[in-house]
Amino acid sequence: MRSILLAAILLASPALAQTAAPLGAPLRVDINAGLMQPMPIAVPAFAPGNGASTEAGTTTQLGERAAQVIANDLKSSGLFKPIDPAAYTTTVGIDDVLKPDFPAWRTIAAQALVTGTVTANPDGGITLACYAYDVFAGSEIARQGFVTTAAGWRRAAHKCADLVYSRLTGEAGYFDSRIVYVSETGPRTKRIKRLAIMDQDGAGHRFLTSGQNLVLTPRFAPGQQTITYMSFENNRPRVWLYTLGTGRQEAVGQFAAMTFAPRFSPDGQNLVFSMAVGGNTDIYRFNIATRSVTRLTSGPGIDTSPSYSPDGSKIVFESDRGGSQQVYVMNADGSGQSRISFGEGRSASPVWSPRGDYIAFTRIGGGRFGIGVMRPDGSGERLLTNGYQDESPAWSPNGRVILFARGDRSGRSGLWSVDISGLNERRIATPLDASDPAWSPLLP
Amino acid sequence: MTRHLPKFTLMATLALTLAACGAKKKVELEAPPATARPEAAQPSIPIQGDTTPGVANSIIPGSQEDLRDKAGTDTVLFAYDSYELDPDARATLTRQAAWLRANPSVRVTLEGHCDERGTREYNLALGDRRANSAKNFLASQGIDVARLTTISYGKEKPAVDGSDEAAWAQNRRAVTVVMSR
Repeated sequence: MRSILLAAILLASPALAQTAAPLGAPLRVDINAGLMQPMPIAVPAFAPGNGASTEAGTTTQLGERAAQVIANDLKSSGLFKPIDPAAYTTTVGIDDVLKPDFPAWRTIAAQALVTGTVTANPDGGITLACYAYDVFAGSEIARQGFVTTAAGWRRAAHKCADLVYSRLTGEAGYFDSRIVYVSETGPRTKRIKRLAIMDQDGAGHRFLTSGQNLVLTPRFAPGQQTITYMSFENNRPRVWLYTLGTGRQEAVGQFAAMTFAPRFSPDGQNLVFSMAVGGNTDIYRFNIATRSVTRLTSGPGIDTSPSYSPDGSKIVFESDRGGSQQVYVMNADGSGQSRISFGEGRSASPVWSPRGDYIAFTRIGGGRFGIGVMRPDGSGERLLTNGYQDESPAWSPNGRVILFARGDRSGRSGLWSVDISGLNERRIATPLDASDPAWSPLLP
Repeated sequence: MTRHLPKFTLMATLALTLAACGAKKKVELEAPPATARPEAAQPSIPIQGDTTPGVANSIIPGSQEDLRDKAGTDTVLFAYDSYELDPDARATLTRQAAWLRANPSVRVTLEGHCDERGTREYNLALGDRRANSAKNFLASQGIDVARLTTISYGKEKPAVDGSDEAAWAQNRRAVTVVMSR
């Protein structure tokens, strides 16, 4: 995927530099504060930097759409409350981007203002300039320019939203990212499943496979151009690789038995997955370049759902070796296996946060399925959701939001997300039913 | 998958089978009257040496239908999160083993399935355990393992569309599927 160039914004004026020092405490959103009021924020249409048109629309049109994408991103986080543009008492021209009418924004109680320009470039691309202001302090919070193709305007808008989110929360953003998942349709006895991919906000949805073969559990490589998944092609359930861009699909290795539950190592050089041999399931590491296979677990239990720590030194997995599904951690070479989950019921399908601070898992108990988090040593367990069938947690690239699949008793299923605080549980729209989500890292 | 051959294929195969078995008495397959449906003509075909004319006659030896007829069922059921064969399952598999001995050219796949009350990846492993429980029992009855393959579908292919104990009980299963004969 084409990367978006960061550009120093050249619109800076001497006057702006003098107002850069904020008065009092800086504007801040505490994402760990528990129940809180979302911050009112104004995101007026970005001003056209020039009158030119692009293949994606005029700069005026792109400015309007970019503001909508940014407002939607910030709203979806649950931390911001975009103010209805109908309440705005002022419009934003190119001069207002550098010198906002702060009194006008204060009258509608906007605490923060995101504004900017969209300019068509001679090469057919655009520059999206993104500015964020603390309205009550009357000071600038952040500015950044993004140079991209005209068709890349959405990604530039997501990058602007990520800039605002990161400056106001102190956390990395996650809006310029994608979701791969399994699209489902049909009755449970004849379910058709396809790999599908879309932007984090649901835009750009497309199917990757035809539905002819049952496919499960897609997960991104760290470089994001490859997805590992499981396919039942030719009635041989195996781990496969899908290359985005070319659409190439390739079985991983030549195994005589079922391989499943694949994930990449953080460096992208290895896969870990399970192989079931004669009724016994263990975890193996597969080196993609050398095709060498290393067995990491042994013994008669089911060992599956392996997931690397972000530094690659450890692997969290589930095993029923103690009688029922529980979460275990081992070193990446298979040594030092120890159980870390001791909560009620069963704990399954663990996934290590890309920040390293939490492990998300599926809790099964009392006829219900929920998503929970625990520290890598098993402490601090908290259940975030509870449903008939909440499973398959997946982390946002900043490790602050968890995607999961929620199924109901009628056999319908969809994607949902929840903050690690347990707040902001919301449905992620998909064209058909959905399961097995995975979130990409932030795009380059 | 060859579990459900189209009806016209079954009928054509039936005709060939009858013709092959008709050494003692040649079976004449007459074109049915234009108004008669082909199915209606079948029971009238005389079959040499068969004491139970009718439905049983249409079962092809070595077929999935034949397995279900002779063994009672092609399916054994399991308790929740279990891959142990209970007495009913062992009795069924004992009859399936007898049928496999009587049809020595038949190869089968043991499909392992789970109900929906497990996580996806664990259920793939549990289905593999169930398929292998059935396979190992058949092997213990003297069936050559070269004739037995396994596949797990986890919770992906339930037999019954439902979310109650009755549906779950039917979905926790191993199915013996005829692959070639």
